[in-house]
Amino acid sequence: MPEVTYVQADGSVESFDLTPGKSLMLGAQSNGVPGILGECGGQAMCATCHVYVDETYLDRLPPVSEDEDAMLDDAAAERKPNSRLSCQVEVTDDIDGIVLHIPEEQLW
Amino acid sequence: MVSAPRVVIVGGGHAGFHAAIFLRSGSWPGEVTVIDAQAQPPYQRPPLSKDFLAGKQELADGEFRPASFYPEHGIELITGERVAAIDRTARTVAFAGRAPIRYDELVLATGSRPRALPVPGAELDGVQFLVTRDDAAALRERLTTAERIVVIGGGFIGLETAAVAATAGKRVTIFEAADRLMVRGVSEPMSRYFEELHRSHGSRVVLSSPVAAIEGAGGRVRAVVTADGTREKADLVITGIGVVPNDDLAANAGLVTGDGILVDAGLRTSDARIFAIGDCARFSTRYAADVPSVRLESVQNATDQARFLAQRLHDGFTAAAYDAVPWFWTEQFGRRLQIAGLTSGFDRFDQVFAGDGQFSIFCYRGETLLGCESVNSPRDHMRARRTLAAVEAPVAPRP
Repeated sequence: MPEVTYVQADGSVESFDLTPGKSLMLGAQSNGVPGILGECGGQAMCATCHVYVDETYLDRLPPVSEDEDAMLDDAAAERKPNSRLSCQVEVTDDIDGIVLHIPEEQLW
Repeated sequence: MVSAPRVVIVGGGHAGFHAAIFLRSGSWPGEVTVIDAQAQPPYQRPPLSKDFLAGKQELADGEFRPASFYPEHGIELITGERVAAIDRTARTVAFAGRAPIRYDELVLATGSRPRALPVPGAELDGVQFLVTRDDAAALRERLTTAERIVVIGGGFIGLETAAVAATAGKRVTIFEAADRLMVRGVSEPMSRYFEELHRSHGSRVVLSSPVAAIEGAGGRVRAVVTADGTREKADLVITGIGVVPNDDLAANAGLVTGDGILVDAGLRTSDARIFAIGDCARFSTRYAADVPSVRLESVQNATDQARFLAQRLHDGFTAAAYDAVPWFWTEQFGRRLQIAGLTSGFDRFDQVFAGDGQFSIFCYRGETLLGCESVNSPRDHMRARRTLAAVEAPVAPRP
C-alpha cells in the first residue's frame, strides 16, 4: 500500500500505509491525524483540509478543479503553488512516499 | 480542591462531535463527554445521500475519527445510550439503564428526526427515510433491486436520492406538495432549473400533489396515491418531507422551546448552564430577512455553532455573538448548487450566467444582499459568503 507522510506545523511527523482509492483527507481522519479537519466531509466546500504537497509529487496529482481552486483562494493559511485540498486527491500507487505539510491554520 | 469542569454533550452528530473536537483542540482543561444514542462512533451525514448511496463510498469512510481516537484525545464517548432526562437542579443527565452523569456545562446537540408521513401505509415495508447510516445502508441495498421508485418530498434529501436512483437507471417519480421544488431553500428560478434537470434525466416531477395514501400488499409497498387520486406504482418509496427538531428532552426539563430549543446570541438556552447547537437550536440571526428566528439544518450551522460555543466556553464567554454566514450545498446529476445566506424574503434578484450550466442568482431586499444561489459557480458562492460576512458582528450577552 502507498505510504503517505503527514508533517505538522510543529514539525512532528507521522506516516501511514493507506488504501488506494480513498482521499488523503480520509486517510488522515481514519488515522486520527490532527490538523486536517475536513468539516464538509470531502466535498470541497470548506477548505479545512488544506495541505502543502511535496513539490516532487505535484505533477502526479490530478488537476485542480474549479471548486477546489475557488476554495483554496479562501483557505485560512496562505495559498502556495503546492497547495491542495487533501479531500480532492486520491491515494494511488503513483504517489507512494508523498509528503504533506499541514498548515498551522485551517480556520479563519 | 475544585475538580476540572465537565462539559457533557448530548448528541454525536456534526454539532456534537465538533463541539468535542473544538473543546479539545482549544485546550479545554476539563472533561468532555459525548453521549449518542446510535451504536457507532460519530460519522458524516452528507455522503449518505450522495457518494455512499451511489456506491462510491463505504460507511467506514464516513466515520469522523476511528473509535480509538476518542480515549486517546481525552473525549469520553458513550454510544448506544439515550439521555432520558435532565435534572437542572442536580446538574445531571439521567439514563434508563445507567447511573446519571454530572455536568457543569451541558450542550444539547440532539439534532432532528424525519417528519413522519401522516398517511395510511407509511409503515409498509419498502417505505424508507434517509437520516442515519443504517437508513442509508438499507436504502442502498433496496436500490439494487427496486425498479420503480417514488420520492415523496422535493427537498434536498429527496432530490439527491432521486438523482442517484435516476442515474442508476431506475424509473423515478417525485411527488411534491408545494408548487415548486426545494421551496424552503431556494428562489423560484432555481426551483424551476432543478425541476427541468430532473425531467431531462427521465424523472417524473409532480408538483402541488400531496400524498394521500400508500398502498401495499402482503405488508409490502405497491403504490403511492396522491390527494387528487393519481396512483403511481412503486416498489420503493423514499420519504423526505422535512424534519422536526429533537427538543423534547429540553422541553421536559422546562427549557423554553418552540419548534426547536430557543437560544440567545451566545447559543445559551433559558438555563444559564445549558446550550443548544445544530439542527435542534432556534436562534435569531441578522441573515434572516423575513422571520424573527431560524433553525438551520446544515453541516455549516452545526460546525460553526460548535466552534463558537467551544470558544465561548473556553474563553469565559467573551466571544462575540454567533454570527456565521449560513451556507448550504446539494449535488444532483453532477450539478452543484451552493447557497450562501438565507434568500427567503427577497424582493428582486439578478441572474448572472457564467457559462454552460453555470449561473448564480443574487437575491436582494432593497439594496441589501440576502444571499446567492449558485450552480457550478464556486467563485460567486465564495464572493457572496465574504460579502455577507463583511458587516460588523453583534456582541453576545455575558452570563
